[in-house]
Order: sequence, then C-alpha cells, then structure tokens
Amino acid sequence: MSLATLLVLADGRFPAGGHAHSGGAEAACKAGRIHDAATLADFCRGRLHTAGVTAAALAAAAALGLDPVELDAAADARTPSPALRAAARRLGRQLMRAARATWPDPGLDALAAAFPRGAHQPVVLGTAARAAGLGALDAAHVAAYESVSGPATATVRLLGLDPFEASGVLARLAPELDGVAAGAAEAALLARTEGPDALPAPSSPLLEIAAQVHADWPVRLFAS
Amino acid sequence: MTPAAPATTPAPPAGLRATARIGAVRDGRGGTALPLLAGEGPLALRRTRDEGAEAGVMLVGAMSAPLGGDHLTVEADAGPGARLAMRSAAATLALPGRGGEPARYDVRLSLAEDAQVRWLPEQLVSVRGSDLRVRTRAELAPTARLMLREEQVLGRTGEAPGTLRARLTVIRGGRPLLDQELSCGPGAPGGWDGPAGIAGHRALGQLLVVDPRFDADPPAARVLGEFAAVTPLAGPAVLVTALAPDALRLRELLDEAARAYGW
Repeated sequence: MSLATLLVLADGRFPAGGHAHSGGAEAACKAGRIHDAATLADFCRGRLHTAGVTAAALAAAAALGLDPVELDAAADARTPSPALRAAARRLGRQLMRAARATWPDPGLDALAAAFPRGAHQPVVLGTAARAAGLGALDAAHVAAYESVSGPATATVRLLGLDPFEASGVLARLAPELDGVAAGAAEAALLARTEGPDALPAPSSPLLEIAAQVHADWPVRLFAS
Repeated sequence: MTPAAPATTPAPPAGLRATARIGAVRDGRGGTALPLLAGEGPLALRRTRDEGAEAGVMLVGAMSAPLGGDHLTVEADAGPGARLAMRSAAATLALPGRGGEPARYDVRLSLAEDAQVRWLPEQLVSVRGSDLRVRTRAELAPTARLMLREEQVLGRTGEAPGTLRARLTVIRGGRPLLDQELSCGPGAPGGWDGPAGIAGHRALGQLLVVDPRFDADPPAARVLGEFAAVTPLAGPAVLVTALAPDALRLRELLDEAARAYGW
C-alpha cells in the first residue's frame, strides 16, 4: 500500500461532501450534551466505539472484496434510523463520484450501477480503497477516523470551540482509533469465511434517536 | 515442615447450562398447539390461557439466573400459521458469578410462513458486578409477523450497573433486517454512558414489529420526545427505541408503541 494514497483518501479536502455532515454533533450541541472539549471527547469516543466500529468493519470488508451488495444490506440492518440511512447513501453517492474520477475502476463502476442512488458510504469507501490499491486495515483506519473527525470539526463551527482543542481531542483518541481499525480488519477477515453476519454491529440508541430529532428541525447547519 | 499444598486447586464448578424449547404448530381447529414445551433448570415453562388462535407461554419462577458462567438458551419454533405469545413472570437479574466469567443468554426464534410470534419478556436487570452477553436471533419467513420487546435496566435502584452486551439480529427471507449490538457498564468500550452513548439514562429498550403489511403501508418515522423515536427499517418493520430514567417510564413508552404498531 502507498501511504501517500491513504492520505489522499483520508484528507478532509477530498471532495466527498463529508463537511456537510456533523455525525450527530449538531443535535448533541443543541441539546447541550456537547458543550466543551471534554464532552466533545466523550462524544467522539462513544461514536467511535459504536457507529465508527460498524463503519470501519464494513469498509474493511469491502476493501477485502466481499460482495458489496451483501455489505450494503448489512449496513441497512445496522442503521435503524431512516435519516441516517439516507445520509449514508447521500455520502456514498458523493464519495463514489469523487472516487471514480480519482481511481477509475470496474469495481467502483459495478457498485455505482447497482446503487444509482448511492450505496452506504462505508461500503463505497472500502471499494474505493480497494480501487486505490489500499488494504482492509487502511480502509478501516479512514472510516474510524471519519467517525470522529466530522463531529470534531463540526463542533468547532457550532460552538466556536478552539480548533486547537478539537485537534487535541482527535490526537488523544489515536490509540483507540488504531485499536478499532485493527479489530475491524480482523472482523473483515472472519466475515470472508463466515459472511457479513460475522461483522460487528455496535450501535448507539441515542445517536439513532437524535438523528431523527435533528431531521425534523426546520433549519439546521448540517445535513446530519 | 508443613505438608505441601496440593499442586492444583479443584476447578470451580462449571456454570449452569440450561435450554428451554418451545415448538408451536397450527392445531387444525383454528388454534395453536404446543407439541414441544420443555423447560430445564431455571427456565421453567407454563402454558397460559390462549388468546384466540394464539397460544400463550410463560417463563416462570426461578428466572433470577443467570450467574456468571451460566449459559441459558431459549429456543422457540413457530411452524406455518402458528401463533405464539411468550412472556415472563418476572424480571431477569444478571448476577455476578464466583469466577468472574461472563454469563450467556441466547434466544433463538424461528418463524415459518404466516407464523406470528409476540416475544414480550420482562426487563433484564444488569446487577453490579455482573457480566452478561445476550444474543437474540430471529429468523423469519417473508410472510411471518414478529413483535419483540427488549428492555434493559442498568443496576437496581441506586446501584451501578454490571457489564451488559446485547446483540439482536433479525433475518427475514434470508436477508438481514436488523442487526445491532449494545454495550453498557464497566466492561463496555469508552463513551457508552456519554453524549453519544446513553447519556446517563438507566433504562433503555426497544420494540420491534415486523409485519408484511408494512410493505404497502410503512409507518412514518416519528420522534417521541427527546429520547425515543419510531424508525421504519429498510424492510416491512418498525423499531421503537427509547431511553428512560427508569423501567416504569420505559414500559409506558413501549406499551404505547405496542398499541400503535403491534397486535
């Protein structure tokens, strides 16, 4: 694998539309559950070990070459909130456009054809990683990192939190991010023989509920 | 010189293993028969009064297991057109064991074509020091209907919770419909009680209703206050998820949902 290629895919400036989503941080800030760097860190840790683990495992499995249609169904089953399913597909469609332009590949073309309205973002991410010559662990790292970097940057905009503090939150999560990515890559290997049921499915009830609350707001800064 | 201690201490007794099995079939007279109703150990089963075509089963009495190291399993198989309701007489307490090893509680439901199952046990209470892994797996034929309630209470009144990991997997027509895992307590990954976890709530639960009629008429997504939501799944099913300060308030929310979406 190429470290530089990994940086291109993981770069927040990669034009995949992620900046429009807060990963649940907007609802949590409005409710007062995130109000400073400490509560942001707690939020990010909770998201990493739930939605982040699930996304990282799906991305790793797609990067390994498991059937993306089956993985997309597994992602649907792991996402009870229709608002979050819609956001995941919108993000998947945007990432697909950027990835196909960046790393043209028949695997990406086939996935785009199977899901014209967008596959779940982690499945597209893993397929894009594979197209770029990256491995399962790389894809898992990107998914795990995105699960916390989105809420951290969103909180800077929502609360006017000091960006240095937000970066510190992410930096201190690095060992846990590495652990989640390694676990996801291992689970993906298991799923290759046992099927997508073997992938982990941790979820946060409050993230699902708050996503529905957020979707009902008439005006919001972030799409999710 | 004192005599040497034995080289090995006797192994602690292995945890309890018990399986309860329920088999429901159409009885040919418009009702449901239970040719298999076999409890074991702390999992005792009683047939209760039928409600129309639906046979009732109660898990009774000594449900205060599982202790650490125990492995309990409940298996229910509803044949074509059979209708079954399962309840429990009391809450289940997850208790610490002597060896510190986790307890396991598995529920496996199998629903054939046109079968209807209501799985409505009382709360699971995660007692301080306990470590329980719950695995619920339901496999449904495409025309089957399922109503399933899960409630978790973290600690008795004023008590810190034990560690609880609960995974719920629902497969319909061979495809995954719902797959989610919850981890709470001191053995759970970080952040479980925080703003992206359960934010200090001590009762949480869900009601799942799978019903083919939702294919044509899916329930709308809806929020029920700040900490509960009705979410239509990617299939003919609706999941109501709720966090509450206590078990009573949680039950009120889920009862209301049951009246709105169940039968």
